[in-house]
Amino acid sequence: MQRVVVWSLGIISAAAALVGPLAEQAHLDFRMHMAVHLLLGMLAPLLIAMSCPVTLLLRTLNTSAARTVTAVLKSQPFRLINHPVTAALLNIGGLYVLYLTSLYHLMHESTFFYAVVHLHIFLAGYLFTVSIVYFDVTPHRFSFLYRSIVLIVALAGHKILAKTLYATPPEGVPRAEAEAGSMLMYYGGDLVDAVLIFYLCWHWYKSAAKREPLFAK
Amino acid sequence: MAVNRTNSTSNGFAGNQVLYSSRNFWSGLLFGIGLIAFMDEVVFHQLLQWHHFYDLATSRIGILSDGLLNSFAWFAAIFSLFMLSDLRRRNALWPVKWTGAAFLGAGSFQLFDGLINHKVLNLHQIRYGVDILPYDLVWNIGAAIFIAIGLFILSQTRVLKRKKAGNSHA
Repeated sequence: MQRVVVWSLGIISAAAALVGPLAEQAHLDFRMHMAVHLLLGMLAPLLIAMSCPVTLLLRTLNTSAARTVTAVLKSQPFRLINHPVTAALLNIGGLYVLYLTSLYHLMHESTFFYAVVHLHIFLAGYLFTVSIVYFDVTPHRFSFLYRSIVLIVALAGHKILAKTLYATPPEGVPRAEAEAGSMLMYYGGDLVDAVLIFYLCWHWYKSAAKREPLFAK
Repeated sequence: MAVNRTNSTSNGFAGNQVLYSSRNFWSGLLFGIGLIAFMDEVVFHQLLQWHHFYDLATSRIGILSDGLLNSFAWFAAIFSLFMLSDLRRRNALWPVKWTGAAFLGAGSFQLFDGLINHKVLNLHQIRYGVDILPYDLVWNIGAAIFIAIGLFILSQTRVLKRKKAGNSHA
């Protein structure tokens, strides 16, 4: 039941980012573009990851198909892209490429680039979320400390980019829009990442009870 | 206050405080850092609006340091409370030690902010269009007082710990 709710909310935030008035405004207005980025790249991936789609897939498939899926998840290429550092680079690094090169303009002129960039924003956001917080089936696991450090550095990268955009907006974006947009990126990012941090620590809290017996003599 | 639920020992222990002494310290320290960073954001950025989101004089290294520091503080605020909760369920919360460490964390963060971020990296100033010296003095001396309070409280727990440890051998 809970999974259905978070899944639906996740799909709604992704849909709100891609179709309808917000998506249309995002072409013209940098602030709306940032709202789309937060919804599609951070909030939607978080909510969908919380609904554990891979767990559902494995439960509904028959045994042999489920084995194939697990084999793919355990494979070397998957191990590489699901590594917290790779996922953070794809996610935050992708944003640096988008905003600090001419890709931002290219995206608004070509439908092809628009589709590629938005697909990347969502997928990289999802990959990053599941590589940091283990909501779902996760074959290759990293320690709490390791993932915490990657999360802190990635969040810092997001903040640094937001302030850089405040100072030097992408070409053609008016000053006032750039300032409001980058502040939205900065504080919005804080808000969504607070949820990520909360779940990461909550999992630590639960596993700490098993690691060290609660009532030591 | 931790309540003795599990191990009733005759030596004056209230619980597992000494065993989890360092977790008390880290939880308090991280909470102090998180709290002061949050207060800085709420009071100086949002309410008073003395601080600016971005200062035109800000260097790249300044933005980098600020980003890392705030991101760490955000994490620290949340994680420290989970640690606090963990100590509570273990009957190991040591409020005096925790408070001392929190003062130390808050003071250290403020002193770092006041000296490194404001002065060395020139990230932003406390307030604009005024003589900044009194503000800097209040800010940094305040930080030093916080650190002194923290260290004093922590030194008290060391005496206590020795007493408790001494008792347990008796």
